[in-house]
Amino acid sequence: MKARAFSYFRAATIDQALDAHARAGDDARFIAGGQSLVPALSLRLQAPRLLIDITHIDELRGVRREGGYLRIGALTRHCEMLSEPLIAEFAPLLHAAAPFVAHPAIRNRGTFGGSVALADPASEFPAMTLALDAEIEIAGPSGSRRVKADDFFLDLFETALQPGELITAVHVPLFKADQRFAFDELARRRGDYALVGCGMLATFKNDRVDDIRISFFSVGNTPTRVKGAEATLIGSSLDAERIAAAQAALEGDLAPPDSDEVPPAMRLHIARVLLGRLLGRLGEGA
Amino acid sequence: MSGFDETLLDEADETVRVRLVVNGRKVACEVSPRETLVDCLRNALELTGTHAGCEMGACGACLVQLDGRAVHSCLMYAVQADGATINTIEGLTESGVIADLQAEFHRRNALQCGFCTPGMLVNAHELLSQVAQPSREEIRDALSGNYCRCTGYEAIVDAIDAVAKARSQGGGAT
Ligand SMILES: Cc1cc2nc3c(=O)[nH]c(=O)nc-3n(C[C@H](O)[C@H](O)[C@H](O)COP(=O)(O)OP(=O)(O)OC[C@H]3O[C@@H](n4cnc5c(N)ncnc54)[C@H](O)[C@@H]3O)c2cc1C
Ligand code: FES
Ligand code: FES
Repeated sequence: MKARAFSYFRAATIDQALDAHARAGDDARFIAGGQSLVPALSLRLQAPRLLIDITHIDELRGVRREGGYLRIGALTRHCEMLSEPLIAEFAPLLHAAAPFVAHPAIRNRGTFGGSVALADPASEFPAMTLALDAEIEIAGPSGSRRVKADDFFLDLFETALQPGELITAVHVPLFKADQRFAFDELARRRGDYALVGCGMLATFKNDRVDDIRISFFSVGNTPTRVKGAEATLIGSSLDAERIAAAQAALEGDLAPPDSDEVPPAMRLHIARVLLGRLLGRLGEGA
Repeated sequence: MSGFDETLLDEADETVRVRLVVNGRKVACEVSPRETLVDCLRNALELTGTHAGCEMGACGACLVQLDGRAVHSCLMYAVQADGATINTIEGLTESGVIADLQAEFHRRNALQCGFCTPGMLVNAHELLSQVAQPSREEIRDALSGNYCRCTGYEAIVDAIDAVAKARSQGGGAT
C-alpha cells in the first residue's frame, strides 16, 4: 500500500498554497491532518502530482471571537475542540461532538477544516456546522467569500469548494444564554463512524421552542437538516406529543440509502430513537 | 512572493532531505515524498519497534510521539515531519518513562505476540499523562483505535489501571 509518487511543497502563506495549486494545473491536493487523505493516497483512490502542506500557514490557525461569531481556524485540531475553552463556552455543540470523532491519536492530527472540506456524510463536524448555522470562510484564486453551511454541502463528498480553493476558517454564531444543545450518536464501537448521529441547537422563549435546527449524519449523501421535524417543534414545550410528531416527521425528511450493512428502515428507526432521546434531554434543560 | 518552484513538479521520484530529532538524537535522512514516517523509522533509521499493520489508521500498531502527542506514523509522510521531535517505543524505553507500564504489561500477560504492544504503550503513556486516574471506561475509550488480536484486552486494561493507581499513590505498581 504505497501512494503513487508525488512532489511535496510546504506553503508558508495562503497565497503560496493557492499559487502552487494553480501552477500544478489543479492536479494537486492540500494536506492538513492527512487523516483521511493519506489512506486515500495509499489506496490510490487519488493520485495527485503535488501535495501542498498547509499546516505551517499561521493565518489558518487559532480560535477567537469576532463580532457575534467564534472564528475557528481551519487548522484547529479535533483534540483542540475538546481542550480549547472558547469552544466549550461559545460553541459547546462542537465540544460535545468532538469525543465521538475517531480515536485520540487521530484527533491529535485531524483538523476541523479538513473534516468540513472532506464533507464525509458520516462525519460529526460537517453536520454540526449545519445545526449551528455556521459560515464557511473560503479563500481562492478569485478572492475570499463566506458560504452558509446550508449552501455548502451539495452531494456525496461534493461541496461549494471549487478546485484550488481553501477553507480558511469556520464562523459559528456565539452560543447564547437562551439556547440549549444536545448531541448523540449510535456506533457499533466507540470511535467508529456512526450508524446514525444527530446534533441540535434550540433557542427558547418562555420555555417554549422559538427556533430549532436539527442535523443528522450517516443518513444519506450529505449531512441533513430535518426541516419537517424542526417545523413541528416551533412553539412547543417539548411535551411527549410534539416529540412524537417530530419523530413521525422524519419519514418525510430522511431517505436513507439502501445498504447491505444497515437497511434504510433500521437507519430511520435509529434516527427516530435518537431524536426522541435528544429532544427529551433538551426539554429537561440539557 | 511565491515560494513555489515549478521544477518541483518533475521531481516526484527524487529524494529530499528530512531532519528530525528521534529519541533525543538529531538525524537526517533522504526520503522520497511518498515515504511514510513509519517506513522511514523502520527502514532508514532501523527503529523496528514501531510496527506497520494496516497502514491506514485502523490498528494503532504504528503509534509514535510527535512533538509530544501520540500520532499514527502510517498516516503521515516523513517530509511532513521535517523539523519535528519524535519519540518511538525505543526512546520511551531508554528514558525509563514507561518502565512501570512495561513491567505491569509483562506481569499481567498483557501481551502475547507483542505486535500491538508498542502502540498500546504509546497510547497508555499519553492517556496517563493527561488523566491521572482514568476509569476503566476511559481506558477502554482511549484504546479504541488499538487492535489486539491476542489478549482480549482485559489484561491490557488491568495493567494500565494498576499503573494509574500506583502512580497516583506515589509508589510503583504492585
Ligand atoms: C481510523 C479512522 C477513523 C476515523 N473516524 C472518524 C469519525 O468517527 N468521524 C469523523 O468525522 N472522522 C473520522 N476520521 C477522519 C478524520 O476525522 C479526519 O481527520 C478528517 O476527516 C479530515 O481532516 P484532516 O485534517 O485529516 O484532512 P486531510 O486528510 O488532510 O484532508 C482531507 C481532504 O480535505 C482537503 N482539505 C484539508 N484541509 C483543507 C482546507 N483547509 N481547505 C480545503 N481543503 C482541505 C484535502 O485536500 C483532502 O481532500 C477517521 C479517520 C481514521 C483514519
Ligand atoms: S499501521 Fe498505522 S494504524 Fe495500522
Ligand atoms: S499481543 Fe498479539 S496483537 Fe496484541
